[in-house]
Amino acid sequence: MDLPDVPEVAHQHAVLPGGLTLDCGQTLNRLTVAYRTYGALNAGRTNAILICHALTGDQYVAEQHPVTGRDGWWDMVVGPGKPIDTNRYFVICSNVLGGCMGSTGPRSARDDTGLPDPPRWGVDFPTITIRDMVRAQKRLIEQLGIARLFAVIGGSMGGMQVLEWASTYPESVFAAVPIACAAHHSAQNIAFNEVGRQAIFADPDWHGGRYWEQGLIPARGLAVARMVAHITYLSEQALTRKFGRRVRGAQALAPFGDMFEVESYLRHQGSSFVRRFDAASYLTITRATDYFDLAEEHGGTLAAAFAKTRTRFCVISFSSDWLYPTPESRTIARALNAAAANVSFVEIASDKGHDAFLLDEPDFHRTLAGFLRGCAEHAGLPG
Amino acid sequence: MSVPLDPVRYVAKNMRLDLTLIADMIAPGSRVLDIGCGDGELIDHLFRTRGCDARGIEIDMAEVTRAVAHGLPVMHGDADNDLSQYPDAAFDYVVLSRTLQAVERPREVLRQMLRIGERAIVSFPNFGHWLVRWQLLRSGRMPMTSVWSRPWHETPNIHPCTIRDFFALCADEGYAVEKWLAVDEAGRRAPWRRFSGLANLFGEQGLFQLRKA
Repeated sequence: MDLPDVPEVAHQHAVLPGGLTLDCGQTLNRLTVAYRTYGALNAGRTNAILICHALTGDQYVAEQHPVTGRDGWWDMVVGPGKPIDTNRYFVICSNVLGGCMGSTGPRSARDDTGLPDPPRWGVDFPTITIRDMVRAQKRLIEQLGIARLFAVIGGSMGGMQVLEWASTYPESVFAAVPIACAAHHSAQNIAFNEVGRQAIFADPDWHGGRYWEQGLIPARGLAVARMVAHITYLSEQALTRKFGRRVRGAQALAPFGDMFEVESYLRHQGSSFVRRFDAASYLTITRATDYFDLAEEHGGTLAAAFAKTRTRFCVISFSSDWLYPTPESRTIARALNAAAANVSFVEIASDKGHDAFLLDEPDFHRTLAGFLRGCAEHAGLPG
Repeated sequence: MSVPLDPVRYVAKNMRLDLTLIADMIAPGSRVLDIGCGDGELIDHLFRTRGCDARGIEIDMAEVTRAVAHGLPVMHGDADNDLSQYPDAAFDYVVLSRTLQAVERPREVLRQMLRIGERAIVSFPNFGHWLVRWQLLRSGRMPMTSVWSRPWHETPNIHPCTIRDFFALCADEGYAVEKWLAVDEAGRRAPWRRFSGLANLFGEQGLFQLRKA
């Protein structure tokens, strides 16, 4: 398929000296973290909130996206007077390590060749973990002069980063809000990711992972990966409500044309995704989520990840989320109880599936806003 | 979309009376777990007026959402299933108000309360109240009163007990009753507290503070 590569855009970024040693043992000599901020840091540097984005999200939380031209992915939640109120908090979001919106990742030039014009990392980019992503974020936060974050908030893979933050840097996190996530990837989660990866590998334009050398992208494979993943983000009720069994008019005669509306919707999701996301990044990041197992990092006991924590937690799940269902969040909440942590745990009633955390869910927004307001009171933040 | 900023409530003035009695039993600065905390009225009061580190568990998700949206640390869960994971002696007081009669395993719930907390504060409607006894005697049917207000086939109260039953259970389990009160439905102190037989006849609710003997 003749599609251009993800466009090169100048992203605001920090180059963090000293590189980064990864969980796999390899060291990245050059560490760049692209990020955006909203609101103002107060004089005491106590009002910073880090937002961790999901698998295919990025740092453009609450502004027009420079590549797609669309609104920020959490415009509904972040902004003046919104649940994460930028009149009150200084909000930071960075592109994850391994991403393709300006942070070091498979699209970056290799830093280990000594060549004047080194090639991209591509599939040779080292294996990374959720903890590596969090370490890169910590370096950025330090560079911004912030010793302790008032809150770390994120949904889905962002929620995994929140858990990792609270576990790895407990003194640097006053409040943590892991949303619609799990403390490890289940066999089912890994299975869905694997279907997506195999679709990419099966694309003839993949060229053994060196697609950009041919001026190609594995667009069909990446689109199929997105289509499969997108199904897991929605509930059956949401699909039924949106599309039911409705067919599209004229094309209905072609047996394998996009006959049903749900098919054309998924195809659109797939084809628009490949214009903004890199296939090698997709592989790298899905692998990081598969490796994630917070209990395993702490001798097999999840509660040990939060031993003696003083962070205030708010664990939020959605009733129709079958990708990271409520029992996963309950497991996290119970592990926090076992660590005698201060924990709130809410399941929001919604029929919108996993994606509910990105959508208009007033109960969710009230819960988030109220939790942060309560924490601000305990933290002594001026109102 | 902007979210209306509800002021954090200050409830001390109009809190349910029985909760006020419970609050009076709790020392300032204590660590408290309120099981069945509803929208968090008691824990809000304990935090604001006594500087307690108070947390809640509630089974009704709408109440949990309301509590957390008010900035209170409340988690969805229930007495039967969500106490065992807490570490020993995590709290100074564990409160269970008007809920004991509705749990599946009241004896186990009390054991857990006194494992994870130094003291347990328990209130329950008294099935030994004279009106309950009289209705059963007179009509031969399950009593329906303002406290026991739902028909037998719909009530969530699967383990009703009397104040005397509760004293007997505490003796069996080796719990010391440090304080006890009989109160009416509104939570006013009833005057029979010195005489447990009278309390069992005229008290609509029992309120107990226990610790392991």
